[in-house]
Amino acid sequence: MQEFLQLVLSGIASGGIFASLALALVLIYNAMGLVNFAQGEMAMFAAFIAYALIEHGMSYWIALPLTLAIAFAGGVAIQRLVIRPVERAPVLTLVIITLGLATLFNGLAGFLFGYVPRSFPSPFSVQTANLLGAFISYQDLGVIAVSAIVLLLVYLLLQRTTLGLSMRAASHNPDASRLLGVRVSWMLALGWGLASLVGALSGIMVAPVLLLEPNMMQTIIIYAFAAAVLGGIESPLGAVVGGLIVGVTVNLAGAYLVGGDLQLAVAFLIIVMVLIVKPNGLFGRPSVRRV
Amino acid sequence: MVSRLRSAPPRYWLIAALALVLAGLPFIVTSFESSEWTLVLIFTIAIMGLNILVGYSGQISLGHGAFMALGAYTTAILVSRYHMSYLVTIPIAGVVSGAVGFLLGIPALRLSALYLALATFALAVVTPSLIKRPDKLTGGVQGILMTPPDPPQYAKDAFATLTNGPQMSSEQWLYYVSLFTGAVLFWVAWNMIRHRPGRAMRAIRDGEVAAAASGINVAGYKTLAFGMSAFYAGVAGSLYGLSTGYVSPDTFPVALSFQILVGAVVGGLGSIVGPMVGGAFVYWLPIVSSQTISAQDWIPSQISSVFVKAGPAVTYGALLIVIMIFAPNGIVGLAAAAYRALRSRLRGSGEISTGQLPPDPHTV
Repeated sequence: MQEFLQLVLSGIASGGIFASLALALVLIYNAMGLVNFAQGEMAMFAAFIAYALIEHGMSYWIALPLTLAIAFAGGVAIQRLVIRPVERAPVLTLVIITLGLATLFNGLAGFLFGYVPRSFPSPFSVQTANLLGAFISYQDLGVIAVSAIVLLLVYLLLQRTTLGLSMRAASHNPDASRLLGVRVSWMLALGWGLASLVGALSGIMVAPVLLLEPNMMQTIIIYAFAAAVLGGIESPLGAVVGGLIVGVTVNLAGAYLVGGDLQLAVAFLIIVMVLIVKPNGLFGRPSVRRV
Repeated sequence: MVSRLRSAPPRYWLIAALALVLAGLPFIVTSFESSEWTLVLIFTIAIMGLNILVGYSGQISLGHGAFMALGAYTTAILVSRYHMSYLVTIPIAGVVSGAVGFLLGIPALRLSALYLALATFALAVVTPSLIKRPDKLTGGVQGILMTPPDPPQYAKDAFATLTNGPQMSSEQWLYYVSLFTGAVLFWVAWNMIRHRPGRAMRAIRDGEVAAAASGINVAGYKTLAFGMSAFYAGVAGSLYGLSTGYVSPDTFPVALSFQILVGAVVGGLGSIVGPMVGGAFVYWLPIVSSQTISAQDWIPSQISSVFVKAGPAVTYGALLIVIMIFAPNGIVGLAAAAYRALRSRLRGSGEISTGQLPPDPHTV
C-alpha cells in the first residue's frame, strides 16, 4: 500500500511536467488547429539556454525568468518567421514544418552543447518529506507547486483578461475578430510565445530528473501527446487532468503490469485507445465538420 | 514500332537512360560503392511507398520506420531461425508489413490528418522498445546477425565474363536484387498512380467529401494506400537488414522515419520520380557533408566531429522548412516549373493564345 502511494505521488509529480508540456500543445492547437511536434525540442533548447546562463555564474532565480522571457520571444519569432508564411497551408505542410523545427532544434542543441548528458541544477532539495506515510522529495513537491502555479496563471490570462479574450476570439473566429479590431496574426504569435514559455518551464523542470541532453524530451513529448489527447486536445483543463492521469497510470503500469521498459508503450496505447474510442478526449467538444 | 519510339514522351527516354545507368553501375564502381548505392535504392523504395500514402492519398505517416523494422525483423527471423532462403523472405516481409499496415489503416480512417500524424509519430518512438521486449524472438538489445547472401552461380559467372575480372561479390548481388525489386515496385506504383486507384486517391486527397459524392470508395482506397505503403516499407526494411547484415532495435530510431519523410518531401510529394531524387538525397547528404567537413584542415577536429554528428539534423530541419515554404512540390516540382518556363520561353506561351489550360503536374 505504501509502495502504491509512493508510485501515485511520484506519478503526480511527473504528471505535472507532462501537463505543462501538454498545455503548451493545447495552446498552439487552440491558436491555429495544429499539433506542434517541435514543442518538446523547443523546451529542451530552452533548458539548455537556462543551463548556459547558470554556467556563466547567473543565479538560478535570475536565469529562470530570463530563460522564460527568451523562450517567449523565441516562440513569437518562430511564428512570425516560419509559421506565418504558411498559415493557410494544408495540415500536412504545417506538420512537416514543425517536424523540421524539431529536427533543427535537436541538431542545434547537439551542435552547440554536444551529446554528453549534463546534470542540471534544481532549486529544490532532493531530501524527502513524509506525506501520509509515503515519502516524497521536495523536488517533486516543488515541481507540483510550480506546475500548479503556471497552470493557474495561464487560466487567469486566458479567461480573465482582455488579452486572453482577444486571443480566444482570434482563434475561434478569425474573420469576425479582425472586423472587431483584434490583430489576429499577432494573437497567434502571442499564442506561440505563451506555449513556448509554458513548454520551456516543463523542460527546465524535467532536466534535473532526466539529465540534460538533446534527446531528453523525445519520450516526454509522447507522454505529453497522450495527456493532451486524453484530456481533449483543445481543453487546457483537460491537458492538466490528462497529464496527471497519464503520469500516474504510466508509473503504476510500469511497476505492476508491463515493466519500466514498456512505459512508453503504455502512453502509445493510451493515445491509440482514446483516438479510437473517444477522439474528443475527456473534456473536448465533439467536432462538427461542415461541408 | 519506330514511329512509336519516336513519339514516346521524353520521360520514357529519361527512365530508360536511368535504368541503363543503374544496371551498369556495379561495373564502374567498387563493390563497397555499390553497397552504398544499394542503400540509396532501399531508401527510394521506402520513399516510393510513403509517397503513395502522403503524396497521393493525402494521409500522413511519421512512423514508416516501424514498418521497415517489421520487414527487416521478418526477414532476419525467417533467415536466421528458420533457415529460409533470403530471396523468399523479401516478399514475405512485404506482405507481413503490408497486412499490418492495412489493419492499422482501418482505425486510421477515423482519425483526422493531425491525429494520424500524432499516432504514427508515437509509434515510431515506441518501436525500439517494443522490439526489445520479446528477446527470445528478436534477440533483444543484441539484435540478429545475418551472413551476407552469396550470389548464385549463374550471376557470378555472368559477371565474371562481362567484366573479365573478379566474380560478383555479395554486395553487388544485393545491389541487383534491390534494383530488380525497386524496378518492379516502381512499375507497380507508376501503373497504379496513372489508373483508377491513383485517380481515386488523388480525388480523395483534394476533396474527400467530393470524392465520396462521386462514388469513390473512400475508406477502401485510404486503407489500400496505407497497406501498399507499408508493403513498400516492409520490402525496403527487409533489403536494409540484408544489406547491413545486422538488425537491432537501434537500427530503427525515430530519425529513420524522419529521414524517409524528408526524402519524400525533398524529392517532391505527389511525383513519381520524386522518390528517386529523395532517396539519393537523404542517403548522400550526411555522408557527403561529413566528408567535406572532415576534409577541411582549418576546422578544429572537435568542432568538425560535433558537426558530423549534428550537421545532418540541422540541414534536414532547415531544408524541410525552407522547401515547405518556398517549394512545396520539392526538387522535382522546381525542375518541372523550370522546364515549363524554359519551354514557354522557347516556343512562346501557347497557353494564352489558344486558351488551353496548362498541364496539371499531378496527372503524370
